[in-house]
Amino acid sequence: MSTIIIYTILTLSIIGVLSAIILYFVAQKFKVYEDPRIDLVEAALPGANCGGCGYAGCRAFADACVGKGELADLFCPVGGNDTMSGVADILGIEAIKKDPRTAVVRCNGTCEHRPKTNIFDGAMSCAVAASLYSGDTGCQYGCLGCGDCVTSCDFDAIHMNPETGLPEVDDDKCVACGACVKACPKTLIELRKKGPKDRKIFVSCRNMDKGAVARKSCSVACIGCNKCEKECKYDAITIANNLAYIDSDKCKLCRKCVPVCPTNAIIELNFPPRKITVSDEATVETAKPIVKAPDQTTAEAKAESSEN
Amino acid sequence: MLKSFKIGGVHPAENKLSAQKAIEVLPLPKSVFIPVGQHIGAPAEAIVQKGDQVKVGQLIAKSSGFVSANIHSSVSGTVKKVETGPDTSGYPKKGIYIDVEGDIWDEKIDSSPELNSEITLDAIAILAKIQDAGIVGLGGATFPTHVKLVPPKGMKADVLLINGVECEPYLTSDHRMMLEHTEELIVGVQLLMKALNVTKAAIGIENNKPDAISKIIKIAYAHSNISVVPLKVKYPQGGEKQLIKAVTGREISSGALPISVGAVVTNIATTFAVYEAVQKNKPLFERVVTVTGKSLKNPSNFKTRIGTSIGELIEAAGGLPENCGKIINGGPMMGKAVTNTEIPVTKGTSGILMMPETEAKRGEIMPCIRCSRCVSVCPMGLEPFLLMTVSEKQIWERAESERIMDCIECGSCSYTCPANRPLLDYIRLGKGKVGTIMRNRKQ
Repeated sequence: MSTIIIYTILTLSIIGVLSAIILYFVAQKFKVYEDPRIDLVEAALPGANCGGCGYAGCRAFADACVGKGELADLFCPVGGNDTMSGVADILGIEAIKKDPRTAVVRCNGTCEHRPKTNIFDGAMSCAVAASLYSGDTGCQYGCLGCGDCVTSCDFDAIHMNPETGLPEVDDDKCVACGACVKACPKTLIELRKKGPKDRKIFVSCRNMDKGAVARKSCSVACIGCNKCEKECKYDAITIANNLAYIDSDKCKLCRKCVPVCPTNAIIELNFPPRKITVSDEATVETAKPIVKAPDQTTAEAKAESSEN
Repeated sequence: MLKSFKIGGVHPAENKLSAQKAIEVLPLPKSVFIPVGQHIGAPAEAIVQKGDQVKVGQLIAKSSGFVSANIHSSVSGTVKKVETGPDTSGYPKKGIYIDVEGDIWDEKIDSSPELNSEITLDAIAILAKIQDAGIVGLGGATFPTHVKLVPPKGMKADVLLINGVECEPYLTSDHRMMLEHTEELIVGVQLLMKALNVTKAAIGIENNKPDAISKIIKIAYAHSNISVVPLKVKYPQGGEKQLIKAVTGREISSGALPISVGAVVTNIATTFAVYEAVQKNKPLFERVVTVTGKSLKNPSNFKTRIGTSIGELIEAAGGLPENCGKIINGGPMMGKAVTNTEIPVTKGTSGILMMPETEAKRGEIMPCIRCSRCVSVCPMGLEPFLLMTVSEKQIWERAESERIMDCIECGSCSYTCPANRPLLDYIRLGKGKVGTIMRNRKQ
């Protein structure tokens, strides 16, 4: 009886040792060299695997960083400049600095400003709604309100405001990965430069119809009147297809364009409330009431909610 | 036992409210909006300008490619503007606005009601006439007919099928056409047979239209090569692939066209349009539209000029019912809800359906209970629940390998789902995405 046990243990041990020897040589033969820096770079990355850099995940991005040997078009929007300088240190190359960006929703057509013309009864998905028709309001460019951007966000940074029916970005959480930009079938979301103290000025509209048509469907639509373009001293505003666009790289955040907009389509975010001072008098004369403008309140409310 | 297609299918309540109403001619509208893209393929190019005088049947937009179709004026009057106008999709589409003045027809058109059954033209001349007249599939798909009648190289048609199924509930325009224009239809069938160079034709009609079946049999009796095939009532029998399977028993492989099994299918209204184009020189500028709904005062079949707003049809049928919850362009199964009543009747408009609020609203979406009813009703043998999930999760490779492109969008799955899942909504989305991916791959 005991001999059987001994033989069994012996045989198994010999098989085990032999297999180990074979496996050792096989492993040597088929060894794949992997740059140890890939692991180091991966460890330095945030590990969110969001795909904001354009690669399948953090590992793939680390692979690309080491493989390319330069960081010219590689940037991790989640980690930002700090992470990228860390990566550059590991690889011994120079990091490219980029301005931090954040997502903004370029539609301000709340239920009040943009009345509904029909009720969408299909699946709650912007992609489905957009594939079926132009939307539940008169504006074919505006937000559909089904929240594809909210579902696409891995960072809990964008939420629907039930009162306005529009999504709102939480600047503190947004990492500018661009998932919502891709998810929006109406291309309403844009990644814009994060100004000092998160201050932003942008045209909150994508309506490319002629002024009268745009105004008819939404009271806060950009009508392409050129007023803001004339007002801007820094050539930051351009008008194309009846729609104004503010270049966030050129914009100096002077806020001069905001009061001249006849439809309040230009939004300022995270600014302190305006004071009517003597030096601003010239602006005040030409402009419409600033403090009481309906969108001002929305903008402030937004600013408040993101501060909280 | 009556013939039908083998797998799947549903039987929604027929509700053919206007089946006994003879076709009425709708009074001329004050103005029309004629879109230049009323067919599958490239939109036509407008050849008239603001201020031009046009006659009924005059060419106003020229076909801009092989898969495209001519557009003719449906009224006489002055061109008001060439601009964008309302469309079922909600996105503005380009078209021609015409203010109606009188009713002056182009001299070439033979507007007499007499039957002209003498076929004098050869196949090429018939095809040319069909192309000039801008005829497209009037069942709803609006595929240019002249393209369908010219098989691709190496393929040959041996049978012509006429689709008199009208399986969509509520719609009766083809049914009335079969009863009121039977002789013309038979001439149309002969013309199509000559154009295609085939020796036999079959007209498939569901047996919920016994009057149409007996009338067509009576007249087709004189022509031994035209047979009438009564079919069991089942939706979506009017689908090309389903009709071919039901009538001939031939099965079309995945991704292939009906011509691959030697069959060409045209719809009843299209066949009538072919008769008018070839024998009467009349381009396609009017069609029969069913205006119907349970609470509508007077459900009717109207012979309508293309470009008339659907609002006028609704007025003519007794006005918008108070409890109307949804206006549908087409039938209840495959039609599209519209967002306003200014949209024009186009070549593809087979019906306008007003659904009461109680029926129009979709039920609350619940989780899938894996009952597999959608699988058993799918006439293409697909798994709708799976296609929906992969589309929702955006797994396009899987969607393609599960043959999402075979879906004919009949809506049987959504109709039958006890959990009210929006199956077709997502499948259609997936089809769009996968279609784009496949096209990009080919380039």
